[in-house]
Amino acid sequence: MKLTLRVWRQRNAEEPGAMATYEVDGISADMSFLEMLDTLNEELTLAGDEPVAFDHDCREGICGACSLVINGDAHGPERTTTCQLHMRSFADGDTIDIEPWRASAFPVIKDLVVDRSSFDRIIQSGGYISAATGTAPDAHATPVPKPDADFAFEHAECIGCGACVAACPNGSAMLFTSAKVNHLNVLPQGAPERETRVLDMVAQMDDEGFGGCTLTGECATACPKGIPLPSIAAMNKEWLRATRKVRR
Amino acid sequence: MPDYTQYRTGEPVTDTKAPDGPVAERWDTRRFQAKLVNPANRRKHTVIVVGTGLAGGAAGATLAEQGYHVVQFCFQDSPRRAHSVAAQGGINAAKNYRNDGDSIHRLFYDTVKGGDFRARESNVHRLAQISVEIIDQCVAQGVPFAREYGGLLDNRSFGGVQVSRTFYARGQTGQQLLLGAYQALSRQIASGGVELHARTEMLDLIVVDGKARGIVARDLVTGKIDTYFADAVVLATGGYGNVFYLSTNAMNSNATAVWRAHRRGAYFANPCFTQIHPTCIPRTGDHQSKLTLMSESLRNDGRIWVPKAKGDDRPANKIPEDERDYYLERIYPAFGNLVPRDIASRAAKNVCDEGRGVGPGGQGVYLDFAEAIGRMGRKAVEAKYGNLFDMYQRITDEDPYTVPMRIYPAVHYTMGGLWVDYDLSTTVPGLFAIGEANFSDHGANRLGASALMQGLADGYFVLPSTINDYLARHPHTDTVDEAHPAVAEAVAETEDRINLLLSVDGDRTPDSFHREIGELMWEYCGMARTEDGLRKALARIPEIREEFWRRIKVPGTGEQFNQSLEKANRIVDYLELAELMCLDALHRAESCGGHFRAESQTPDGEAERRDEEFSYAAAWEFTATGGAPVLHKEDLVFEYVHPTQRSYA
Repeated sequence: MKLTLRVWRQRNAEEPGAMATYEVDGISADMSFLEMLDTLNEELTLAGDEPVAFDHDCREGICGACSLVINGDAHGPERTTTCQLHMRSFADGDTIDIEPWRASAFPVIKDLVVDRSSFDRIIQSGGYISAATGTAPDAHATPVPKPDADFAFEHAECIGCGACVAACPNGSAMLFTSAKVNHLNVLPQGAPERETRVLDMVAQMDDEGFGGCTLTGECATACPKGIPLPSIAAMNKEWLRATRKVRR
Repeated sequence: MPDYTQYRTGEPVTDTKAPDGPVAERWDTRRFQAKLVNPANRRKHTVIVVGTGLAGGAAGATLAEQGYHVVQFCFQDSPRRAHSVAAQGGINAAKNYRNDGDSIHRLFYDTVKGGDFRARESNVHRLAQISVEIIDQCVAQGVPFAREYGGLLDNRSFGGVQVSRTFYARGQTGQQLLLGAYQALSRQIASGGVELHARTEMLDLIVVDGKARGIVARDLVTGKIDTYFADAVVLATGGYGNVFYLSTNAMNSNATAVWRAHRRGAYFANPCFTQIHPTCIPRTGDHQSKLTLMSESLRNDGRIWVPKAKGDDRPANKIPEDERDYYLERIYPAFGNLVPRDIASRAAKNVCDEGRGVGPGGQGVYLDFAEAIGRMGRKAVEAKYGNLFDMYQRITDEDPYTVPMRIYPAVHYTMGGLWVDYDLSTTVPGLFAIGEANFSDHGANRLGASALMQGLADGYFVLPSTINDYLARHPHTDTVDEAHPAVAEAVAETEDRINLLLSVDGDRTPDSFHREIGELMWEYCGMARTEDGLRKALARIPEIREEFWRRIKVPGTGEQFNQSLEKANRIVDYLELAELMCLDALHRAESCGGHFRAESQTPDGEAERRDEEFSYAAAWEFTATGGAPVLHKEDLVFEYVHPTQRSYA
């Protein structure tokens, strides 16, 4: 198939960017979206132009590196990661807009590549269980009821791609933050740090410049891993509980 | 310069630092022998850790917990994205929670046998011992392993074993274990114990007065080349499967760190030992950029078959039961669909070579769940494998609940790597290699769910014990001088190479060269290797290298975010590593594990080992680009698991 691509080009964080238009031909329906961009980049390289920069790595939907807004949707029209989107989702002759994540807490590095280190700092503020190597009791010492284990797993599936932030009109990171809070807070191993975890992570999230949550729900719609919207309510409950319990 | 194949055999490797005595006591013995660093002195030591996967993330976190100052690097934008994240199936541990006859000794035995008797017994036994601690550690960190209704952990089986010892988190075990290590690392970053440099790639090793003292690295955002110094350097940079271009590795996984270390004096062991994973999604066309693995756990319930007749192109559901060949169940009745990976891959290649393959180009075999769905019900299959089925459907546009999956082998893991002793030290003092980057534990074939086990064993438990001994014996009181000739040379070489890549301005893209070398390696150094083919590849590789430096085109500059430059720079190293892999495959004129030499097979087509000649690890010493390397043999001694021809029938 033949496509018209309108792609965000920006040399670096300082210079302003703009949309540039490219035509690509000979695209097969079995190609992934990123393989389609590979095709464009091969052509640009041979023409002596700089290829379009984009983040990608595992290309099997688990590393969370790929991060494109396609026709206005984070990760495009299917509920998956950009790397798992295939060209069979598009029609011959389509015009496709490709942009980076848009959020003030995710500044553009180049073209479609953004800086998501704010997510790492949210995890560093409390998204862990303090269990130094060598201190662990036997794995069966503390059984975890299956519903709790499943709840933890459902939230642990987050790949930290940032689609939730990109999709949110407020640029909020509530879904990302709540996924980690809920994963760890439901487990008995996470209980000792339950209050400080949610308070510190929410404070860090605010410090990073993410917007507030107005429960629009775009985040959960865009999430390729299906982190559910009630995750945010569960975190708010944790936060309220913690503010009552902890005096600092 | 002598011809590349005219390598010389140097001094054998005799001291592996593994203590004598009963194998079950060696790890305790070594830990007691090892010198320690006083807790108050640890913060005065800096350790560089390159890579943040299971091995690197675990090591960085643990060393910082002990009090060392850790400077850590990853080329990804976040440590959470290291390629360990993509491991699907599970992690082995000899917990015997199933009460099915498992034990540390059995895991040790299975791993040595599965590796086709080309691994070091002392290391493998230690790995089996530590396996039980890993599960405890990960559960304490909050890793959400699959559990049963009683709240206890669930297990499943993997290839090459007859017990259920694999712990898992749906099809995302690697991700969950990595997040555990990443979170532990994050805690140390927050407390200042770890200084993290993300989007920063190691480009060379700095060796001063014979000891590893630092690295040269490039900031991938600004392009700035910097030096970093330490008392020891740990490489946790993964495997080199991407030399094949198409593999299940992440696009950016590369061999540069280990290859640069090899060029600086670290021996490279068994480079030809490559694992071809039997259950990957077949390729669809020339545009293919990578291959996707379907977890081996699918072989617990899926049945592998091809039509009995050649060229039978009816759809799967139109082929009656008695015209199907469930060839693994037929040839290997005891292990059936759960034979080790090398055996399953070769069997798939054989039936496809016979003209019985299915799908486009006949490069595929069926993995069928119809029987499992009939036995367990669709719901149970969905609960066990749902996310894998979804992934398959997304990529192929076929519904595996109604149409059998099509699979074909693909490059997945490299058992070879930097040679390390029992302490995980390379032949360069102060340089350690952990996880897939080293060669030590899997011999010629890795068993399923053992990569995660080894990465975490090395990172959480082995290295943090053994590195103490080195640091205690080498209390560097000096800081490395930026102006030291060794430092200046490493920086200059890195800068020169980048400038040269940018200045050629030829007419071929980096990807076109990567594809070319990859196709050559798959053809001649892939699932079956012959002397003739390997000699062809060895003649061709220097030609590709020469053409590369004449025709490569890298747009942009070095002082910016430049993904073309990153790629091209990695290909330079693949073009040298490929040559060593082929030479190693040529010199090892036996079949063992994943290394199948067509000239060395049993009458029924199984790999035939030649223990009298090849019961050693081949550790290669670098001499010059394209120059014949020197072979150092480490003889393998089997006191506990006696080499026999592997049988899974």
